[in-house]
Amino acid sequence: MTPKSIPFRGIVVLLILSAAAVGAFRFFASSDEPAAAGGPATMRRLSEAQYRRSVADTFGSDIKIAGRFEPEARRDGLLAVGSSQVGLSATGFEQFYNLARDISAQVVDERHRQSLPCKPQATDAPDDSCSLAVLRKFALPLFRRPPTDARLAELVAIAHKAAEEHRDYYAGLKTALVGLLASPDFLFRVDIVKATRERADGLSIDDYSKAARLSYFLWDAEPDAELLAAAARGDLDDDSKLAVQVDRLIASPRLEDGVRAFFTDFLGFDEFDHLEKDGAIYPAFNPKVAQDAEEQTLKTIADLLIARRGDYRDLFTTHDTFMTRRLGMIYGVPVESRTGWDRFRFPDDDPRGGLLAQVSFTALHSHPGRSSPTLRGKAIRELLLCQPVPAPPNNVNFAVVQDTSNPNFKTARERLTAHRTEPTCAGCHRIVDPPGLALENFDGAGQYRVNENGAAIDPGGDLDSQHFSDAAGLGRALHDDPVASACLVNSVYRYAVGRTIAPGERDWMKWLAKAFAEDGYRLPDLMRRIALSRAFYAVSAPPQGTRSVTGLPGAGSEEVRK
Amino acid sequence: MSGKICRRRVLRGTLRGMAVSVGLPFLDCLLNDNGTALAATGRRLPVRFGTWFWGLGYTPSRWVPQKVGPDYDLLPELKYIEPYKRQINILSGFDVKLDGKPNTAHYAGTMGFRTGTAADEPDRSQLPTFDVIIADAIGTDTRFKSLEAAATGNNTDSYSRRTVNDVNPGEGSPVQFYTRVFGPDFRDPNAADFKPDPDVMLRLSVLSAIKDQRQSLASEVGSADRARLDQYFTSLRQVEQQLQLQLQKPPPAEACKVGARPNEAPIGYEVGNVIANHKLFAELMAMTLACNQTKVFNVVYSDSRSQLHKPGSTTIHHQYTHEEPNDKDLGYQIQSAWFVERSMEAWTTFVGALAALREGDGTLLDQTFVVAHSDTSFAKTHLVQALPVMTAGSAGGKIKTGLHIAGNGDPVTRIGLTAQQVMGLSVERWGGGSMDTNQPIGELLT
Repeated sequence: MTPKSIPFRGIVVLLILSAAAVGAFRFFASSDEPAAAGGPATMRRLSEAQYRRSVADTFGSDIKIAGRFEPEARRDGLLAVGSSQVGLSATGFEQFYNLARDISAQVVDERHRQSLPCKPQATDAPDDSCSLAVLRKFALPLFRRPPTDARLAELVAIAHKAAEEHRDYYAGLKTALVGLLASPDFLFRVDIVKATRERADGLSIDDYSKAARLSYFLWDAEPDAELLAAAARGDLDDDSKLAVQVDRLIASPRLEDGVRAFFTDFLGFDEFDHLEKDGAIYPAFNPKVAQDAEEQTLKTIADLLIARRGDYRDLFTTHDTFMTRRLGMIYGVPVESRTGWDRFRFPDDDPRGGLLAQVSFTALHSHPGRSSPTLRGKAIRELLLCQPVPAPPNNVNFAVVQDTSNPNFKTARERLTAHRTEPTCAGCHRIVDPPGLALENFDGAGQYRVNENGAAIDPGGDLDSQHFSDAAGLGRALHDDPVASACLVNSVYRYAVGRTIAPGERDWMKWLAKAFAEDGYRLPDLMRRIALSRAFYAVSAPPQGTRSVTGLPGAGSEEVRK
Repeated sequence: MSGKICRRRVLRGTLRGMAVSVGLPFLDCLLNDNGTALAATGRRLPVRFGTWFWGLGYTPSRWVPQKVGPDYDLLPELKYIEPYKRQINILSGFDVKLDGKPNTAHYAGTMGFRTGTAADEPDRSQLPTFDVIIADAIGTDTRFKSLEAAATGNNTDSYSRRTVNDVNPGEGSPVQFYTRVFGPDFRDPNAADFKPDPDVMLRLSVLSAIKDQRQSLASEVGSADRARLDQYFTSLRQVEQQLQLQLQKPPPAEACKVGARPNEAPIGYEVGNVIANHKLFAELMAMTLACNQTKVFNVVYSDSRSQLHKPGSTTIHHQYTHEEPNDKDLGYQIQSAWFVERSMEAWTTFVGALAALREGDGTLLDQTFVVAHSDTSFAKTHLVQALPVMTAGSAGGKIKTGLHIAGNGDPVTRIGLTAQQVMGLSVERWGGGSMDTNQPIGELLT
């Protein structure tokens, strides 16, 4: 589909809504969905993006968040899986605590206090009922469930004491708000487990946990008021009412936040934080170009998969993208707009096609001063095909790979071929090199080239059994490879539940991959199927060592308390 | 330290129910046990501990001294330490024993040394690094239990961790480091006036309210997540500690003279930036210690698979170690060796920054014990045998210096055990598998 043939926005929205409505009948509570036992309940630390979005949604988007965040950790290929394994260091807590103080101060400043739900009777004295109203209002979205009365009472008492001390109502409120923002209830998303409605021995997460799981999956954000109200009414336990909420979230423009968050994780874009290019070798590349390169890919994805409801596989071949003038310098194409983004389409015979030929891929998986077929091939295998590549053996002679001055081995392909004759290296390089070498027409900054050291680059090769002659051909091979689309399904689900696939979920994963194909490889449909499934909310066993599970007395093995 | 009366305990008792400032007695728990080092004020000085890390080891023929014992010789890669040779020990020939675990490149050596046990792949280790064990014991009465800095600017370049999932991130910006330590919450120990902030007690009550949630949350999660919650509450304790310390006048610190905030400078793996930022971190960390803001630190000069690179070069340090042929005439990898020499220069800079501050009748370095190490010995083959280790400083008189000790294949855990014992921990043995040891390095102990 060319940009010109894209229907205008209204039609797109209508199409989404009608497709969603049809979908509701088509696979609402699909009868052929295999039973899935679920996995363990999770406790996930908020990502930086989720934290920022929560603060904006709760207090307003003009609250400044000037601070740093604990690094996230990638596990099983995803930061989302890491989020249910990482703790919080002393440095990390200190950062959250300082942010909490800074944000609280802004929430009660002259400008923002106008939007609080009540005004105190006097600004120089405590007002417990107003404090209670404010704290109750903010605790609900921040904790993603109603706070207990005891909890609120404790914070109201702190606000009271601090207001007295400072003779300032808002100084008191500010002190108490820190108690919300630095709390583990906010910084961690904790699944609360309960018995399912259908079976006394079945377990799932409770309604508020469901609401949080849904909204973070689809919007990468805390649940909005409507979703929390649905959780409070018990709607999320009811298939048809759950579908109403899921369709509302999917039809929202905020779905793009969720899709971008997934791909940022899936494509390893956190590595952009530390991407360096040598200024002498790649003068056109700078941090702003890197920023644009990341955004270009995310825009391409959002346009194809959401706005145009396209086929996921077309991401590997699409010639439609967006361009800034800065990026134009790297791509060697003219860009009209002096600032901002232009739609751009590479000609049909252009070697640039699909995500792999975009700067976000070629430059990210390169060294600071040269390209790396090995890093690129490894990224294709691990990120896009979910095929882990073993670490290289320890005692390897790499000398020939590096020696770019060797007259016998001018190109990376020639050097790698020589290196591959070492039997210990052959196994991995046979897997990694062919797809990586296909991208050799793009240098370490992602700029097109036809020669290396005066010798012509040969970008041909095989991806498993499919032959290709250049980068575009590699894109088509990935497009047609069922392993690539299965990898996406697998990754979306792991991202959604924040953990690795459990043994009891294998049949469900197979079914989901099949359903993805039947749905025309449309990502929003895949997300909808997951959001409506039993598997998404199922818990395999009560958390070991917990006191009891709500509605299922005695399910836990011991009375907790350390 | 549970049985001792320490400042926090005194504070708790004193402050129950009211916000007051109290002049606290200067207590022994701040000090080295033998109390030999006395500042000009007549107070005994604290002993500090830290680690210093560089990536990709050394060139075997150019680093390890030939002579064992005192007055060791300095080969080309070590010649930079000459000015501080008498304060530095060289520990050569100590091995990380993998016990059949994989030699995960640039990781197995680092974590084997620091946790005392070879890690699996993927690493699921719940073992802390020995700097964390030491910080838990001696870091409970300073503003920061420990401070980490990464001269590469990348906060994930840190080898200090409580478990594989609880890594202490390295501060990558000297400006941010300065702000964190010497910003608005810093109390100058030498300031004439002291006025406690009445807001501190209120802030403590907020943290106390958060702590009250611990039980109800813990009851909802499984044991692994409960351990993560515990980590959260342990981390919260540090902020509590910071607030409690704000209620009292800090004891004077003669070497504490805080300079101006450093200027913003480029950050990243380009070697010139790393060297410049490392120098700033060295000076800031020294002042942080002199001002008693922490007693434990971890400094990373370069990451374990050093991504350092020279401007205009297509090749990074890591690639050179694997790919560069030995020079035909000199017999070693010239470019790789250049990076090793910059690392040793940086180490000298760090030691020099500690030695430059006078404390009592000696220097800050005399009151400190720093352990420097790398991830490999010979990086080309990821060798974790004969891991290069150095120490600097005499830990308040507990450590002999200026020695070259040959490990002859002994486990590296002997070094971690020595460090823990020197820092006053009552630990008899340390390390897992064939690295389990009860043998500190006796030659180093006074």
